[in-house]
Amino acid sequence: MVGARRRKQHFSRIHAFSCGKASFRGDHSLIGGPGFSRVVYCNDPECFEASLHNYNDNYVRSTKYTLATFFPKSLFEQFRRAANFYFLICAVLAFTPLSPYSAVSNILPLVVVIGATMGKEAVEDWRRKKQDIEVNNREVKMHQGDGVFEHTKWMDLKVGDIVKVEKDEFFPADLILLSSSYEEAICYVETMNLDGETNLKLKQASDVTSSLHEDSSFQNFKAVIRCEDPNANLYSFVGSLELGDEQHPLSPQQLLLRDSKLRNTDYIFGVVIFTGRDTKVIQNSTEPPSKRSKVEKRMDKIVYFLFAVLVVLSIIGSIFFGIETREDLENGVMTRWYLRPDETTIYYDPKRAAVAAILQFLTALMLYSYLIPISLYVSIEIVKVLQSIFINQDLHMYYEEADKPARARTSNLNEELGQVDTILSDKTGTLTCNSMEFIKCSIAGTSYGHGITEVERALAWRKGSPLAQEVAVVEGQVKEENKEEKPAVKGFNFVDERIMNGNWPNEPHDDVIQKFLRLLAICHTAIPEVDEETGRISYEAESPDEAAFVVAAKELGFEFYERTQTSISLYEFNLSGKKVKRSYDLLNILEFSSSRKRMSVIVRNEEGKLLLLCKGADSVMFERLAKNGQEFAEQTKEHIEEYADAGLRTLVLAYREIDEEEYVKFNEEFTEAKNVVSADREEMIEEVAEKIERDLILLGATAVEDKLQNGVPECIDKLAQAGIKIWVLTGDKMETAINIGFACSLLRQGMKQVVINSETPENKALEKSGDKTAAAAACKASVIQQIAEGKQLLASSNENSEALALIVDGKSLTHALEDDVKDSFLELAIGCASVICCRSSPKQKALVTRLVKTKTGSTTLAIGDGANDVGMLQEADIGVGISGVEGMQAVMSSDIAIAQFRYLERLLLVHGHWCYRRISSMICYFFYKNIAFGFTIFFFEIYASFSGQAVYNDWFLSLYNVFFTSLPVIALGVFDQDVSSRLCLKFPLLYQEGIQNVLFSWLRILAWAFNGVLSATIIFFFCIRAMQHQAFRKGGEVAGLEVLGATMYTCVVWVVNCQMALSITYFTYIQHLFIWGGIILWYIFLMAYGAMDPNISTTAYKVFIEACAPAGSFWLLTLLVLVTSLLPYFAYSAIQIRFFPMYHQMIQWIRSDGQSDDPEYCHIVRQRSLRHTTVGYTARFEAKSRSSEERGEGHR
Amino acid sequence: MTDPNRERYRIRETAFYLFTQQSLPACKPVLTPGWVITIFLFMGLIFIPVGLVTLRASHSVVEIVDRYDIECVPESSRIDKISYIQDDSIPKNCSRFMKVRKYMKAPINIYYQLDNYYQNHRRYVKSRSDKQLLHGRKYHDTSSCQPVELNNGQPIVPCGLIAWSLFNDSFTFIRERAELKVNRKNIAWKSDRDHKFGKNVHPFSFQNGTLIGGGKLYPKIPLSDQEDLIVWMRTSALPSFRKLYGRIEEDLDVDDVIVVNLMNNYNTYSFGGKKKLVLSTSSWLGGKNNFLGHACIIVGCSSLVLAIVFTLLHLKYRRPYGDTSYLPWNRKSLSG
Repeated sequence: MVGARRRKQHFSRIHAFSCGKASFRGDHSLIGGPGFSRVVYCNDPECFEASLHNYNDNYVRSTKYTLATFFPKSLFEQFRRAANFYFLICAVLAFTPLSPYSAVSNILPLVVVIGATMGKEAVEDWRRKKQDIEVNNREVKMHQGDGVFEHTKWMDLKVGDIVKVEKDEFFPADLILLSSSYEEAICYVETMNLDGETNLKLKQASDVTSSLHEDSSFQNFKAVIRCEDPNANLYSFVGSLELGDEQHPLSPQQLLLRDSKLRNTDYIFGVVIFTGRDTKVIQNSTEPPSKRSKVEKRMDKIVYFLFAVLVVLSIIGSIFFGIETREDLENGVMTRWYLRPDETTIYYDPKRAAVAAILQFLTALMLYSYLIPISLYVSIEIVKVLQSIFINQDLHMYYEEADKPARARTSNLNEELGQVDTILSDKTGTLTCNSMEFIKCSIAGTSYGHGITEVERALAWRKGSPLAQEVAVVEGQVKEENKEEKPAVKGFNFVDERIMNGNWPNEPHDDVIQKFLRLLAICHTAIPEVDEETGRISYEAESPDEAAFVVAAKELGFEFYERTQTSISLYEFNLSGKKVKRSYDLLNILEFSSSRKRMSVIVRNEEGKLLLLCKGADSVMFERLAKNGQEFAEQTKEHIEEYADAGLRTLVLAYREIDEEEYVKFNEEFTEAKNVVSADREEMIEEVAEKIERDLILLGATAVEDKLQNGVPECIDKLAQAGIKIWVLTGDKMETAINIGFACSLLRQGMKQVVINSETPENKALEKSGDKTAAAAACKASVIQQIAEGKQLLASSNENSEALALIVDGKSLTHALEDDVKDSFLELAIGCASVICCRSSPKQKALVTRLVKTKTGSTTLAIGDGANDVGMLQEADIGVGISGVEGMQAVMSSDIAIAQFRYLERLLLVHGHWCYRRISSMICYFFYKNIAFGFTIFFFEIYASFSGQAVYNDWFLSLYNVFFTSLPVIALGVFDQDVSSRLCLKFPLLYQEGIQNVLFSWLRILAWAFNGVLSATIIFFFCIRAMQHQAFRKGGEVAGLEVLGATMYTCVVWVVNCQMALSITYFTYIQHLFIWGGIILWYIFLMAYGAMDPNISTTAYKVFIEACAPAGSFWLLTLLVLVTSLLPYFAYSAIQIRFFPMYHQMIQWIRSDGQSDDPEYCHIVRQRSLRHTTVGYTARFEAKSRSSEERGEGHR
Repeated sequence: MTDPNRERYRIRETAFYLFTQQSLPACKPVLTPGWVITIFLFMGLIFIPVGLVTLRASHSVVEIVDRYDIECVPESSRIDKISYIQDDSIPKNCSRFMKVRKYMKAPINIYYQLDNYYQNHRRYVKSRSDKQLLHGRKYHDTSSCQPVELNNGQPIVPCGLIAWSLFNDSFTFIRERAELKVNRKNIAWKSDRDHKFGKNVHPFSFQNGTLIGGGKLYPKIPLSDQEDLIVWMRTSALPSFRKLYGRIEEDLDVDDVIVVNLMNNYNTYSFGGKKKLVLSTSSWLGGKNNFLGHACIIVGCSSLVLAIVFTLLHLKYRRPYGDTSYLPWNRKSLSG
């Protein structure tokens, strides 16, 4: 026991900051009290006491419904929608004599619609259920008694069970770590699924259990754990372990969370403490905020508008009905005696005409319900799901390397993708790959590495001639070819034959190079992983740049292959070029922190020398150099500047030899500082570390490229041409952010940069003096002033159309987002062509998003890949997650996931545009067709003294929405394209149609509604004028109610379907099938229904076969009504397209004229816009050519 | 080309691939001026002839309309027509003279026309029992027939307001002292006679109540043969309607004068309705109605006018397709 304790202390000495030990302080006194009542009987879950507690089992349910609750719950969900609720009321009223039609015919469409929606819900829930089953049936080794571990299903685990989790397995529940395959009972855990962090976390068991290494040692293990109740806090845990009579504290350090993964450790033993719903990850899962698109919100308003129309019509109808009914008895004398007003029911009672009118109002509400498209919501849902499938299927957004297609996680927002005004983008992992590549280094004053960075390429472009572009392109190609030749090493893009392939001993200063590379191989916290089959080594590191260093060292001959708790082993080339094994005793690690900006390790080499190896940011490193260690300082500084210009991240490497005495003294102080239990422990450790990190000898500097993802500049250029604003919100420092801004053309030379920065020396001085409120006030004042200056600049630049760029740092952002400043900040930001916020916290990202969203009212899209982007993704109108390397957190909270930033171009410009167009024209058309239908019913009422008699057969009425007119609309919503995807991308300005919302403006909606009324008027009055009195066929028969109804209905079906055919410009065989099929279906239905027994078909009995079909006037009338109804729309659209074409119509022109391949012509159309694109490389190119022209003129 | 490449190429050609990538072959018509003008011209050229043909058919129909509801009330009773019509003791016979202005070829359809008569009122339309009409008294559930359902506990066949208010004016036609034969068979739809009105259903306790509505039925004749009733029970769509009464199966010559002896029984005076007697031949399009023809001609003409106007505008205002200055977002920035 004593030995174990010593070992562990040793270990904790190495990890200076992360390994705090739990003790019975503070929170632990709460155990047993309220909120801390959980008692776990380890290894004895079946015992009597345990059964008293009745904790949850480990079955995890993510489904919304169970078999029992599905019907009530989903029905409730359905009828919460106002429209559905209205139809439910109608369905109930349909059973009363109020109903103008039979109950069955009225209920059927509702059942169909509700059934379809519920079916969709059921399918979705079934998918979740399957996932649940998969998870719950995973297996883990569980202690069965007598030291035997056997595979058990996850869902059968109980609180108190002992489980054995093996390497690369997920933890089945929240566990307390008892012991592991390591002596020290440590294990490494990957928590990517929880917080998105890819680095491994270290966990360590309590001393008392760490010796339980064998299965058999659990035979008689008994302990009781008392701990807090289940809660959602991932980073806190309080508990105690009762073993025998002793109590031992438990902390988060012993807690292994469900859904995290065991790494680098062969196995661990743990005891289950939280199961199923009690686990922290499940407690943490919140329902994502439900988002609705703007189009849908407006659609709701239209539905309400139609409700209003419905009510008005009903009121008008019932008033007239009341008046006419009252007149049925005049002084006790019947006027319309054939209605028997003397012996009537309440519904038609002339003596109580007011009551009759009110009841008639209800009837009218039901009768005119055809104004409200019952199938609208369900059709839209079906359409959106199908659209999402198309998005998922798009091979142009499929990332072959990672086998990741685009994935629309919610289908609600498809059309919102076509209206994005502002994109708020994360940088790391979104614009960049988040794979750091070691590309250059400066050793002993010499710069090595020939690689060309994206930024350099961009710079070359910026500087100049098209030649430079070509060179860059050629070089890029060369580079890519090279890549194909040799298996690319991830994180290593270094080409320099002088020090590669073991050539470095021939260089001058070979000893410095050796030290430099050795430092790279030793000074880090990475963990090697040896692939047993190939023997190749890969590294797990906290950050990708760290991995890049180790990889670089390995590639240059210093292969780090083993880390134990006390040593680091390398294969290294010595000066004579031989590969030797060396190992270093690892004494201390002084870890990286954002305030220290450096990390060091202290090692003892095989010769017994003590070395301090240090790497850090140039700003902190140069001041720590010894006087005699500055030999190469000048050149190195120069190189660092060069690298930074090229957009690279630089670090300075230095070392120092320490003598024993000093180390012993340091170690004492250091250990003491670490054992201090107080709030300023960290500071004390920092202080101690600072003392020893001095008098360093400079070795050189490294440069790592944060690589831009493929196609990012092109994509940003396209988006900028489409008029989308792009803001970059990054946690990185300002210099890096600006570099990346240049690399992806968000910034360019000649753009005025408005920099709002709080890191001024005065502010720093104020802060140091300790007066925090004064510092904050001063800081705020300076931010306000800087914003005001920026605005002035903006006002003056408006005149000479110069683009501005706004760059804000995190601290200033805090002040700029305060309530009194944010409006003017936003004003400035909107005026600027590009906005970059650096050093912003996740919360600030979300706040900025909210600010843009609420204040400008425009649609925002946030795109990011990491856990720190979650807030932003959820806050924005659309959250797009990059399913990259940084875990699944962002993807899980996103609405749409794509694999690469560049797919955003296609997602927005093609799918977004299409979906917006489809949904908006679909909704307009829906209203059109229902208004056209509903108004024929209303017009008929005028001629039926508003008695509520429908002109159509009951089944004609009810099948209108679900049968004869729904399929073409769905085809419109799923397949319609105004222009092909190629042209969408070629004319990005087309996207403005969505941003300006021209296809779904109120004017357009009202115009469609008007068109509906017009069609209804023409249909109705033509039909009655043509059929009113005289015989309608050769035999001399006159048209009764049923003949008129069937004829009018035929006209409506024709007109509505042909209106669709007229308004779309894209016919595949699917459209043809649905549109013409819908019409043919109507005739088939009419014949089939008419052939049924008269009891079923009632007024439709043989109406087509016997009466209509043989009558020439029926067909002629249909044709006439069809043409007349469509004529106004046709004339309007002919004139509009010819004289006032919209942008997509222009492109259609160009295409149909075959000019879409004529580059000059296309350029004209593209550039005819008065709105200048301000960012992107096209804009950059133009700005440059403009300025050179001006210069040319100046010369003349 | 290597095999996998060819394979990939082949996959790319399949319909399913094209479908999922939304690149199915499609017809993408664009309304170019050429098309617009062609379509307008085409419609004009189709509809004007069609309209002319239709109009000709309508003109070929000879129609004589005679309103008799006022003339058939004696001058003395015209102040209070309602009590006249309700008084059973007064004989209601009346004679009208109709002059044939144009040769009318047999068969000549005889219609009666009622105005301001709401046969399409919901209460009226619903007040019938189709099952009773087919099955007779065997079918008991006739609640829909309210208020003309039962008479002293006896079911009424046919029940309901429609049957109860059966039109009962009758007409006989005399030309030069000889009675014209009026065929009153086959005036109803065949499907009604065969499938909606029972062959073995006889009227029962019909018009026996306190309030007599309209006409009576012969108790001995099954409903399927009472074509007056069948015609009447096909409710009209609009408050002004004609119904077929019978057919004269002799040609009528120009200047023939026809004496119509009619029984003016039906009460339209209460609600201010008109009654008319109509004799009409029929063409392939049915009766006389110029509306279809006129509408066709108007549509055709306006198409032609639109074609011309559009052509002129097209030629006058030449504007390049690519002029984007009218785009909504550009208009906004122009004004702003």
